[in-house]
Amino acid sequence: MPLPQDERTTVQMFTRFAQPARFFALADRIAPWLWGLVILGLAVGLPWALIFVQPDYQQGDTVRIMYVHVPAAWMAMFVYASMAIASFVALVWRHPLAEIAAVASAPIGAAFTFCALVTGSLWGKPMWGTYWEWDGRMTSVLILFFIYLAHIALSQAFEDPAQGRRIANIFALVGVLILPIIKFSVEWWNTLHQSASVFRMDGPTIEPSMLWPLLIMGLTFQVLYFALLIVRMHSEMAAVRLRSSRLALMRREQTSEAVAS
Amino acid sequence: MADFFAMGGYAAYVWGSYLVVALVLGGLLVWSRQQLKSRRAALARLKAQEDRRTEIAGGEPEQTNSTGTPQD
Repeated sequence: MPLPQDERTTVQMFTRFAQPARFFALADRIAPWLWGLVILGLAVGLPWALIFVQPDYQQGDTVRIMYVHVPAAWMAMFVYASMAIASFVALVWRHPLAEIAAVASAPIGAAFTFCALVTGSLWGKPMWGTYWEWDGRMTSVLILFFIYLAHIALSQAFEDPAQGRRIANIFALVGVLILPIIKFSVEWWNTLHQSASVFRMDGPTIEPSMLWPLLIMGLTFQVLYFALLIVRMHSEMAAVRLRSSRLALMRREQTSEAVAS
Repeated sequence: MADFFAMGGYAAYVWGSYLVVALVLGGLLVWSRQQLKSRRAALARLKAQEDRRTEIAGGEPEQTNSTGTPQD
């Protein structure tokens, strides 16, 4: 990597990331409220899902898995959609915060997707008699998980992290095709996984006594995403600053050596 | 109470699911905070190092130092 290139990106870093201070100040003020909402949501949602919901007449107590499985699956897709939007903003307007938000989202999305896959598997064994089947929904969500992992790997694969983030964001935009595939997989390849019962054109078909705790858990996971995102964005920001500080220090050492000799 | 833990015979599946979710999401939070902490510590070390250098140099204001390093 030639030095002028590095110099240019370092200077750009300083100016491009000067503005986000205001965003982080605001985010830090909101964060305690978000964590409070997460705790409140869990305090209401967990007892509701684990105790007060009646066992399903067909599925018995395994139906309680739904209250973590479905919100995790919703978030697997929601986080990807947010990541794709952030990537788009980052690529078109070169907005540094959007770039950071996209990269910071990927591990959160991967975690939610992993949760959806594992809980689905643990639900599938007693109800369908198998932990795994190459059914359309399961396969497409597994692909989403790999897309997240590839995004994380790509964003770290380049010597210049700014370039890595840019490539990862382009990849995120291409990968957005997986979202409609997941959504309609239960209709196109109707093999094992049930079809939508909450977000339907004709309204939810799920029993209201089960819908409410599900929505509370869904909202809790949603807020949890934003709370985690703030922590991860701080961390990504710190990584950017760390790199530019190191480069600046290195350059100064080089110039002082040149002066000394 | 025993009924609650037994989950109608599906204890391993139901509690297993909740445990995995708690470990994965809780783990993500702990890991992210740890990462942020260590990166901030490294930044602080770097800054202290720079401050020492400028002190040794007799407090001479260096050209590169006035570019407005973002402060945390």
